[in-house]
Amino acid sequence: MTSLPETTGKKLGLVVDLDICVGCHACAVNCKEWNAGAKSAPLTDYDPYGKKPDGVWFNRVHTYETTDDAGRGQTVHFPRSCLHCEDAPCVTVCPTGASYKREEDGIVLVNEDICIGCKLCSWACPYGAREYDENQGVMKKCTLCVDKIYNENLPEESRVPACVSTCPAGARSFGDLGDPDSEVSRLVAARGGYDLMPEQLTKPVNKYLPPRPRQDGREGAKAPRMLDHVDGTTDGAGLIARWVDKILS
Amino acid sequence: MHPAKSVIFFTTASGAGYGMMIVLAFLASLGVLPREAGFGFATFGLAFALIVSGLLSSTLHLGRPERAWRALSQWRSSWLSREGLAAVIAFVPLGLFAISWSFNLITSSAAVALGTAGAALSLVTVYCTAMIYASLRPVPAWFNGWTVAGYLVIGPMNGAVILAFLLDASDVDQAAAITRLLALVLLMIGLGVKLAYWRNIHASAPVSTAGSATGLGHLGRVEMTGSPHDNDNYLLREMGFRIARKHADKLRRITVWSGFIIPMLAMVDGLVFPFEPLTLPFTVIGLVACQVGVATERWLFFAEAKHAVTLYYGEQAV
Repeated sequence: MTSLPETTGKKLGLVVDLDICVGCHACAVNCKEWNAGAKSAPLTDYDPYGKKPDGVWFNRVHTYETTDDAGRGQTVHFPRSCLHCEDAPCVTVCPTGASYKREEDGIVLVNEDICIGCKLCSWACPYGAREYDENQGVMKKCTLCVDKIYNENLPEESRVPACVSTCPAGARSFGDLGDPDSEVSRLVAARGGYDLMPEQLTKPVNKYLPPRPRQDGREGAKAPRMLDHVDGTTDGAGLIARWVDKILS
Repeated sequence: MHPAKSVIFFTTASGAGYGMMIVLAFLASLGVLPREAGFGFATFGLAFALIVSGLLSSTLHLGRPERAWRALSQWRSSWLSREGLAAVIAFVPLGLFAISWSFNLITSSAAVALGTAGAALSLVTVYCTAMIYASLRPVPAWFNGWTVAGYLVIGPMNGAVILAFLLDASDVDQAAAITRLLALVLLMIGLGVKLAYWRNIHASAPVSTAGSATGLGHLGRVEMTGSPHDNDNYLLREMGFRIARKHADKLRRITVWSGFIIPMLAMVDGLVFPFEPLTLPFTVIGLVACQVGVATERWLFFAEAKHAVTLYYGEQAV
């Protein structure tokens, strides 16, 4: 049924720290790697080794540059994936019941066996989280690695989404955002985590942590000391070097 | 939004078919519609052909057309599902009306009752089609009442223009005059609604911005310097369509003249000089122009609409 559950037991989701992300795309690659063999397999590629490779990905890393009024710029790497919204519009528009939100943990999934490939869910999502598989004729999306996070054959520490376990910078965290005492919820509270496009009224579960404010000198921070080519101190330099230094300075 | 040919054909063709049915039921209730098999075959037959070919085209664009029947199940939440269900249910009174009227099977009043029920369900179906688009918050151009008004007017309007030709060609003078008048009124309302729809696109404040999409707006202007992929992907092909906006003004002029003003002149001509030899050719010109205009209108409806996901790919506001 494509009506949304009233409440979900847990609100499993991701917290992405834009202050830490270095834009290495490892999360996107490991997402592709895991999901190409998991629930939504195959994660189809078209022309993978040709001139115009293209295909289904659940995680895309953008890079943005911001410029403020004073002309100061900042580069921010921005991974984009399904936010597992509480009021997921992609679920309610589905005419077949293929799109659903799980009552127990809030994960939004597609039942590919009954999806008719009408693509309306991808129109309803403001975040571009859903990608259509043109070979299979069905819609696909991030599963929050539902087949990994509950997999008892894996060691406990591996039961997190592939994007989280692979992030070399530690920019991604996974947990229950419905529990105010969970580690992720405390992180969101401490760092001012926010929703993407709250005006779209989707109530995303995933949160983003903003880049920390830049140090621009006005707060008393100083630029790091630069090495001088001719140092003021002459300790350890030879006689001729000291003599040259004296003449030239 | 990508203007898929199948969806443009579906919404314009089935819209016109349902519109014809509504006008036919109206003429039947006035008692001016002939009850005759050949005439019924031409008018009801064309209306059904438009509806059915439109619906078929909409299922053929699915990734899995063989599963289309499943789309009837989620009417509690999905406008697409409601549309499918309304379309299926509408066939019952419409089919009974067409057959019983044309073959003189039951009394006029009983047939008119069926026709009225069919017309109401036709309007419900077109309303559901409109709501599929009008309920999508990420596409602000669609997420408003003008979308619904446009669909509800243009279907019956086009239906009336087509029927005015068929009635004229069949020499059913009284019904032709009434239909021309109705078409003229609907053409005027349709033009007004469309102009208001366009004004609304321009006058509305942006709903979402690159700043709100990334949450980086407090840092200043947000620009994408690195795309996740070098080539187009599904999102850009489906929702990042840009060609139309370049030619929007020209295409709008084509829509206004071809879709509304030329058919209006043809309808006025038919009302003023109903028995002149040139009236029928003028009606045909109005009919053809209307089809071109309505198809252009529908193409623009998709192509001009910006989707929020484009904010992640360099668009500044939608």
